[in-house]
Amino acid sequence: MSTPPIDQAHDAGHDEPVDENLPARDDLFANPGLEEHHWRPTDVDPKAEKRAERQVAALFALSALCTIGLLVAYVTIDSDDTVGDLGAQNLAFGLLLAGALLGIGIGIIQWARKLMADVEMVEYRHSAASSEEDRAATVQALADGLEESGIGRRPLVRNSLLGAVGLLGLPAIVFLRDLGPTNAQVVKNPPFIGSGLEHTVWKKGMRVVRDVVGTPIKASDLQIGDLVNAEPEALFNGGEDGEPLEGVALQVAKSKGAVVVVRMQPDEITPGKGRENWTVDGIICYSKICTHVGCPISLYERTTHHLLCPCHQSTFDLADSARVVFGPAARPLPQLALEVDSEGYLTAQADFDEPVGPSYWERG
Amino acid sequence: MRLLNRSAGRLSRHRRGPLAGMLVIIAGLLLTGGIFTALVNTTASADETVSSADQVAQGRQLFLVSCSFCHGQNGEGVRTEDGNQIGPPLAGVGAAAVDFQVGTGRMPMVQPGAQVPSKPESFTDEETAALAAYVASLGPGPAIPDESDYSIEGLSDSEREQAIANGGQIFLTNCTACHNFEGSGGAMPRGGYAPNLHSTSARHIYEAMLTGPQNMPNFANGNLSPEEKRDVIAYLYSLREMPSYGGFGLGGLGPVPEGLAAWLLGIGGLVGFAVWIAAHTTRTNKKKVEA
Amino acid sequence: MDTSKVANSNTTTAATAKKPSRAAAAATWADERLGLAGMAKKNLRKVFPDHWSFMLGEIALWSFVVLLLTGVFLTLWFTPSMGEVQYNGTYEQLRGIHMSEAFASTLRISFDVRGGLLMRQMHHWAAMLFVASMMVHLLRVFFTGAYRKPRELNWVIGSLLLLLGTLEGFTGYSLPDDLLSGTGIRAADGFIKASPVVGSYMSFFLFGGEFPGESIIPRLYTIHVLLIPGLLLALIAAHMLLLVYHKHTQWPGPGRTEKNVVGYPMLPVYAAKAGGFFFIVFGVTAFLGGLLSINPVWKYGPYDPSKVTAGSQPDWYMGWPDGALRIMPGIETHLWGYTISWNVMLPILVLPIAAFAFVMMLPFIDAWITGDKREHHLLERPRNAPTRTALMVALMTMYGLFWIAGGNDIIAIKLHSSINAITYFLRGAVFIGPVIAFIITRRWCISLQRKDNDTLLHGYETGIIMRSAEGGYSERHLPLPGTRAYTLTARERDPALNGGPNGHGTDANGVPAPGTGRLAGFQHRVRTLWWADNVQKPTVAELEEGHHHAEHEHELQESTDGHAADGHQFDGHHLVEDETLRGH
Repeated sequence: MSTPPIDQAHDAGHDEPVDENLPARDDLFANPGLEEHHWRPTDVDPKAEKRAERQVAALFALSALCTIGLLVAYVTIDSDDTVGDLGAQNLAFGLLLAGALLGIGIGIIQWARKLMADVEMVEYRHSAASSEEDRAATVQALADGLEESGIGRRPLVRNSLLGAVGLLGLPAIVFLRDLGPTNAQVVKNPPFIGSGLEHTVWKKGMRVVRDVVGTPIKASDLQIGDLVNAEPEALFNGGEDGEPLEGVALQVAKSKGAVVVVRMQPDEITPGKGRENWTVDGIICYSKICTHVGCPISLYERTTHHLLCPCHQSTFDLADSARVVFGPAARPLPQLALEVDSEGYLTAQADFDEPVGPSYWERG
Repeated sequence: MRLLNRSAGRLSRHRRGPLAGMLVIIAGLLLTGGIFTALVNTTASADETVSSADQVAQGRQLFLVSCSFCHGQNGEGVRTEDGNQIGPPLAGVGAAAVDFQVGTGRMPMVQPGAQVPSKPESFTDEETAALAAYVASLGPGPAIPDESDYSIEGLSDSEREQAIANGGQIFLTNCTACHNFEGSGGAMPRGGYAPNLHSTSARHIYEAMLTGPQNMPNFANGNLSPEEKRDVIAYLYSLREMPSYGGFGLGGLGPVPEGLAAWLLGIGGLVGFAVWIAAHTTRTNKKKVEA
Repeated sequence: MDTSKVANSNTTTAATAKKPSRAAAAATWADERLGLAGMAKKNLRKVFPDHWSFMLGEIALWSFVVLLLTGVFLTLWFTPSMGEVQYNGTYEQLRGIHMSEAFASTLRISFDVRGGLLMRQMHHWAAMLFVASMMVHLLRVFFTGAYRKPRELNWVIGSLLLLLGTLEGFTGYSLPDDLLSGTGIRAADGFIKASPVVGSYMSFFLFGGEFPGESIIPRLYTIHVLLIPGLLLALIAAHMLLLVYHKHTQWPGPGRTEKNVVGYPMLPVYAAKAGGFFFIVFGVTAFLGGLLSINPVWKYGPYDPSKVTAGSQPDWYMGWPDGALRIMPGIETHLWGYTISWNVMLPILVLPIAAFAFVMMLPFIDAWITGDKREHHLLERPRNAPTRTALMVALMTMYGLFWIAGGNDIIAIKLHSSINAITYFLRGAVFIGPVIAFIITRRWCISLQRKDNDTLLHGYETGIIMRSAEGGYSERHLPLPGTRAYTLTARERDPALNGGPNGHGTDANGVPAPGTGRLAGFQHRVRTLWWADNVQKPTVAELEEGHHHAEHEHELQESTDGHAADGHQFDGHHLVEDETLRGH
């Protein structure tokens, strides 16, 4: 069907009343007007009306019962009580509160639907805009005010005011400066050991210990296929007088120092350039912090040597310098150079040679 | 008639296919295995006391029938010509690995692959024990753990509480990454998955940690001490016994099912209410009698 | 208009002079001090049209009230601090473990405050419903064209509400300091660090030093309970005021025009329905909170930067940017010693901001394309604006595909498929899917328009099969009742575009032809495409021809008219009270 040109101009914005029985725009049919009102059974039948009234009251009564039940449940149900294998307290509170609220809600709505007057009413609209006169008067008032202020005539006053007020925005930003130190400041005055994005608590000779328990790992104890979620020993003795780290120091150290140690057949490893001596007998160690956005990763597939991040599925090949084989990460996981100390325990040769965790602008 | 002919032709074409031979052999093996199982079943129950030498011998018989196709006549493993491993060598995997793999129905497997689903076991407990004894005789490896290894029965109340709390931390550090925070399982690369632990028995959990089945890394005793393994199991069991305080758990899979419930039940229900609220009630043709 | 059919009063009894009631006395007392009668006079009986789809925004409003109520309850016990404490509460599995005060107090609310767990769960469910209902409301407003002049600014306010609601949800998700929320904050740190130039500075300022520091929870708390709720309240007030000022839109129908609004008065019917709906929303939230466990923080345990769980997901409303993040290939540029992380920046910083800006600008984009400067108070059926409908369906499809990507690990285990395969599929699907959805929706709408015209011209299908004397069968069509026919045609014709890209003057619809600006040619092309292929309602001539044809058929069939057996008094167009089909 072709688009026929429209036969009537739009009349929006006009305020004169329109006879609504005439086709206003290009209505094919005259507006038949509101449909005749039909009564509800509750309007004409006193029995139905009574029934509806009882129904609504019953809903309110049900709500009241639930509320009383809720109060009773509050003092009688213990947090250890169960219904099946569900916690009884939360279940009872939730369902009784729901009953109390829904009883009122459904009751009120039933009241409105069945008993309140339901004749539709008509209200007339006005254009959202004010009348022409009002607008003209307002514009005039505005112009007068501006004129009297002389803001247009006195650019010096106006511009200096704008400059002064604009400048006030600066303190609003500048005063937020002490929200935190910058990376450079943290590196200069380290609040904890291993502070700064480029550093961790790892250093030469630090033992690799098991997470949670803090026991050192003997190279000979690990079997092919073992995965150890490990931490730097400093977490457990890096505080004052060899105390474990605590609080923020612990959290910061952990969030950068966590590593995974795996053991595979030595011949399965393709050592990275200059990393030939970073493994001990097939034992290899990488940062546990994903280079994508920093989730800790330890979903290790023993046979493929792939490590998967549960947050965004970046997959790294641990046999091949933790190269990214899949997913959104762009950089391999940093590798920690391992050696064994005189007692046969795994230790670090040095800190990571690159920042761990997600990329940032200055990272290079 | 022609239809019949054509379908017959299609069938025989498949019969000549490269996989057909393999399928026939597998079917044959399963059949003989099944018959053998049925026979052995009766003999085993007839004689309760089987000496360990007999057990190894019985295990070898079972092995030859059900396992040697992939693992080799003497458990030396089988490689295809292009070097793919069909079944790994079994010397040194120990009885624990056999008890886990066969006891959870993972072995014998239906088809080779990294992901081996658990299924109803094909062997009775005695047969599994015999197979384990035979494989253990191939080389030293982890033995089947004893109940005392993974039970916290003997501990005092406070020790037990401590074991559970400690186990929780070890579980959350080493296991949840794959198996999820309440052991509901999770996805792994290329279609793999870490299975759900909700109904795995304590012994099998222990054996899995000990031997690292399939793609799972090991948590051998040099990695995670026997007490730590016990604690992890104690924590998992405490989760099972714990009532679901907040109501139905939605599968314990985190925010995805929660979001689904919010949309389907929450928004769905509320839109239903809205439709009801705005719906017109029944009307009548009767006129109102003005009082 | 015919006012005899329109009630000016809504009472069921005749208005008679009565003694001033107690309510009247109270009103007088208040008015003598506040002088509100002038305003209340207009608004107490303000008319609101009744339609289920007009109540979707109400769900959002009421769930926000539930959030305020339950939220205040939670603040009475919650400690927004990252100070380290050793837990010694009721929950045995974590006894003796070191954790932040925030997490310890969350456990306390869950296990030691009776009803605390319920309030926490209700708060969380209400938050999910709040954002979800805002989105459903947004879709309703868009699909019906209710965002058009004069309501564009209310659309902008609504979009801001959606944005703030999402941020409010994210900050709330982060407060308990459990494993999942901490993982979320850590990822957010990664997002911030990916911003060019200022990334690491912003991260250090936000966290008060290096991640995780000890400031983030108290800071998020202030944002969560003060800053954003304050903004939300102010914007909700503005949203409602504009709604009252503009008066609600309505569906076209008999007696309903651009110049009026037909419905029930604020007092009592609308107030009762809205008030009742508040209790229903509250009740449904309580039902969900009582029956379904949400965010069982005790199982996640306290946040620890070295722990993570499979299925680490944000709440559903953050799922789509997270999905984009998951399927984005790992691209990073290193230039002169600086790093640009496209793999993080594009999906999580650029995409959501661009998408939000686009959604917020939709009314203005629509007005620019159509050149329509008129006020609109009658809604349009989605089918009557095929391109607009198709545009939103395409956006929804894209959103849905990103959403699927955000749950790819759960989908992989539930459907036994490979995450890698799902990811590769979605990388293409997020681009192709919306295009397909757009085309299908548009053609679908146009077919529906065609069907409407068919019904108008040839009557509706009665389902009655007639056999002619010759033995042929045909289905009987009857002309639509007048009100239905009016409603169906109460829509505008799309303007004919007779002004060329550089033409002068206006087109037949009074819409000025695009000027000679740089974009004029482009605007004209888009405008042409916007209405291309739409089916217009029949002309008077077509209608008359159709009726003539129908009358002819009708004569042939009139022998059956008036027989109860033909059954079409039960066709939904007739009142059925006192009529029986089966004689009961």
